[in-house]
Amino acid sequence: MKRFVGFIKKEFYHIFRDKRSLFILFGMPIAQILLFGFAITNEINNVDIAILDHSKNVNSTEVINKISSSKYFSINKFLEMESEIESIFKKGKVKAVLIFEQNFGSNLIKEKKATVQVVTDATDPNTANTVSNYVNGILQQYQKQQNKSIDPGFQVLPETKMMYNSELKSVYMFVPGVMTIILMLVSAMMTSISITREKEQGTMEILLVSPLKPVQVILGKVFPYIFLSIINALIIIVLSIFIFKMPVQGSLLLLGLESILFIVSALGLGILISTISETQQTAMMISLMGLMLPVILLSGFIFPIASMPYPLQMISNIIPAKWFIIIVKGIMLKGVGIQFLWKESLILLFMTVFFIVVSIKKYKIRLE
Amino acid sequence: MSISVSHISKSYKKVKALENISFDVKPGELFGLIGPDGAGKTTLFRILTTLMLADDGIAKVDNFDVITDYKNIRNCVGYMPGKFSLYQDLTVEENLNFFATIFGTTIEENYDLIKEIYIQIEPFKTRRAGNLSGGMKQKLALCCALIHKPTVLFLDEPTTGVDPVSRKEFWEMLKRLQHKGITILVSTPYMDEASMCDRIALIQEGKILEIDKPELIVKKHLKDIYNIRANDMFLLIQSLKSYKNHYSIYPFGEFVHYTDKNKDFNSTELKKYLETKKLTNIIIEKTTVTIEDAFMELAK
Amino acid sequence: MSTKKVIQVNKLTKNFGDFKAVNNITFDVGKGEVFGFLGANGAGKTTAMKMLIGITTPSSGKANVAGFDVNTHAEDIKKNIGYMSQKFALYDDLTVNENITFFGGIYGLTRKEIKEKSIELLKELNLEDVKNMLVASLPLGWKQKLSFSVSLLHNPKIVFLDEPTGGVDPITRRHFWEMIYKAASSGTTIFVTTHYMDEAEYCDRVSVMVNGKIEALDTPKKLKETYNVKSMDEVFLKLVRK
Repeated sequence: MKRFVGFIKKEFYHIFRDKRSLFILFGMPIAQILLFGFAITNEINNVDIAILDHSKNVNSTEVINKISSSKYFSINKFLEMESEIESIFKKGKVKAVLIFEQNFGSNLIKEKKATVQVVTDATDPNTANTVSNYVNGILQQYQKQQNKSIDPGFQVLPETKMMYNSELKSVYMFVPGVMTIILMLVSAMMTSISITREKEQGTMEILLVSPLKPVQVILGKVFPYIFLSIINALIIIVLSIFIFKMPVQGSLLLLGLESILFIVSALGLGILISTISETQQTAMMISLMGLMLPVILLSGFIFPIASMPYPLQMISNIIPAKWFIIIVKGIMLKGVGIQFLWKESLILLFMTVFFIVVSIKKYKIRLE
Repeated sequence: MSISVSHISKSYKKVKALENISFDVKPGELFGLIGPDGAGKTTLFRILTTLMLADDGIAKVDNFDVITDYKNIRNCVGYMPGKFSLYQDLTVEENLNFFATIFGTTIEENYDLIKEIYIQIEPFKTRRAGNLSGGMKQKLALCCALIHKPTVLFLDEPTTGVDPVSRKEFWEMLKRLQHKGITILVSTPYMDEASMCDRIALIQEGKILEIDKPELIVKKHLKDIYNIRANDMFLLIQSLKSYKNHYSIYPFGEFVHYTDKNKDFNSTELKKYLETKKLTNIIIEKTTVTIEDAFMELAK
Repeated sequence: MSTKKVIQVNKLTKNFGDFKAVNNITFDVGKGEVFGFLGANGAGKTTAMKMLIGITTPSSGKANVAGFDVNTHAEDIKKNIGYMSQKFALYDDLTVNENITFFGGIYGLTRKEIKEKSIELLKELNLEDVKNMLVASLPLGWKQKLSFSVSLLHNPKIVFLDEPTGGVDPITRRHFWEMIYKAASSGTTIFVTTHYMDEAEYCDRVSVMVNGKIEALDTPKKLKETYNVKSMDEVFLKLVRK
């Protein structure tokens, strides 16, 4: 036991003396959360649009006022002719042009049906889509008001309710993903690097020619990173709760335990990587290419798994991150407990045990 | 026997690193493994320290088999690999403490063994190992290898890349450790260090050329060696090579080491010959045989 | 040995902050001389050599190498010198021929010259049979000899050798020194930096650097006589422990 404690003490010396890694270790989660939270978002704000109003009557002006007063759009220019549309798009000044038809007002009142054409710049399809949805919303709202004041007509309007993330805040979607990436990176990459560093420096030779058991070396390497990863997970949760007002509907304790489970599985992967790589550089490459990319692309963090081709969906099943993201979303956003997440947790547990067993089996008691 | 090696062979893919190596090291002996880079010294060390498996043969350290009893060996030997292998980001004291704890001991417990060496680096005990000079690193590595009072000490090229002053001190330390009863197997590419060992094995390309006491290896060299020098080294070598009676010609520092085919070597005849080659300031004198001469003769 | 000087160093100094890595050194090296530049690790050898080959600019003092001033014509120096070190010599993952072609190319030789030179070189080193083999597969001693020959490809006036024969087997080592003597006798100056004192014994003259200063400079024979010892190793010990 004393040997083990001595080993862990040494590991902490390494970690705290390597200022650069330490900065990455704790700077990265903060930077990523802030980046995803503020900069990268699906919401739109103050999108520049242009208006081409052929009717120019009371109703169209009212609609235009409504649009310009919303926080989503700012009107960049009023156009006079259709021919101007193309050039304004080419200049890239606006994301959308709204065209009110000639008899917008009268059509609206007499026929209860008027057309606004929304022309969007689809080189940025996401924004285009969102813009047209928002414009539709505003128009429907206006129509509803008109109907109320003039004539309560019969109209069935679809109403969508977004459950669990009613405001569709993208940060809520990103937090679980970012947390997964960071825990994966810190745990897997840092452990694999720290083990391969011993190989590269030649100190592994001395450790092998000592009474230390393989399991002691592995646990000694893993333990400090479990500790650091938990701190990281806490930082992320605290940031998302206090800065982004993200609700945690479910049990924090469960979230903590699940995180530890995921951390241990990532550490297992890290040790596995270190058994197949001889240098720190290889370990880093394998961690980045072999772990980061699948986590970002296939875990459902950015691209929905349901819309992937079938083979990729199958592959996503063997990625621990996928299951962890489901669990985190479940706990944080839906507030469900273990009774709904036991299946995912069990899969994660099974993977963890598998990685640890394989890496201990693969750990070499000799140099070759 | 402290170390016994019999018929050890080891290959990496096509390259034969060790071929049928056998030797014994007696308890308390300072045994030197002497040969150039690539001779197989490190491979042999790794086999003996249980880091590698031989393809063939049996090796025992402290009567433990290197394959089946590897755990026992790891408890009782000290090993200093060729590359400086301590934690560069840990201080001198932290390194020593770490190695003490993983061997289940403390610095205090075995302080008497390392004391003489440690006091030389103690003034720098809070300095990181990465910032030490070559000689001091070597001393620290030796302390770390000794901290658990090993019965057998394996030192793989401890003096490579170390300046002459530190080298000399290092050998003095080894002599003192030997007197404390520790068996030492040390490897080196420097032939001039052979004389510091009780017995040596000359090794090249995975084969042992000779095993004996250094002074006996030199005695076994039967031919007389002559130091020859002249005003122009290159011309001297070329001329000697075309001399009919030459047996071997090796530049050796400021001289050429020359051996003759005949037992009754006639130096005046050679001198005359060299003069015909327009060489001046010719000196020919008999010299003592060195380990390096013996090595070259055996490797020829 | 001609009396023409190819390296003239006058009060050369290099400071790193307060630390004088090279402290006011002065010496000359003649054409065709084998000059040993000795010192322990950290004595300032490498810094001094870097100034001579035009990689580092001196803090003060003058040096003229191969007829060019290190302060003003560093680029011209590089064209007139060769360099070989034990740490970096040749590319292991290229064949013998590819290495020769590559280094010939960077030294500015024409295709034709490279072709002629490489035939000559391979023949001299007896490497014709292995010219299409990867350098990695050659024995260490062969690599050393090849790399020395490569550093001579462009007929440099001076070749700088950094610990050229450390760890090489004794016989190959002798072959190597024979090659050095041959190059020297054809007028190339050989500048050997080393901390292996037995390498020093082979040089015409040696300088011993201690803490940034040249503490001794003479032929190995005279130095041994002056300090009344048998080997350069002991000379060095005496100088350092002084």
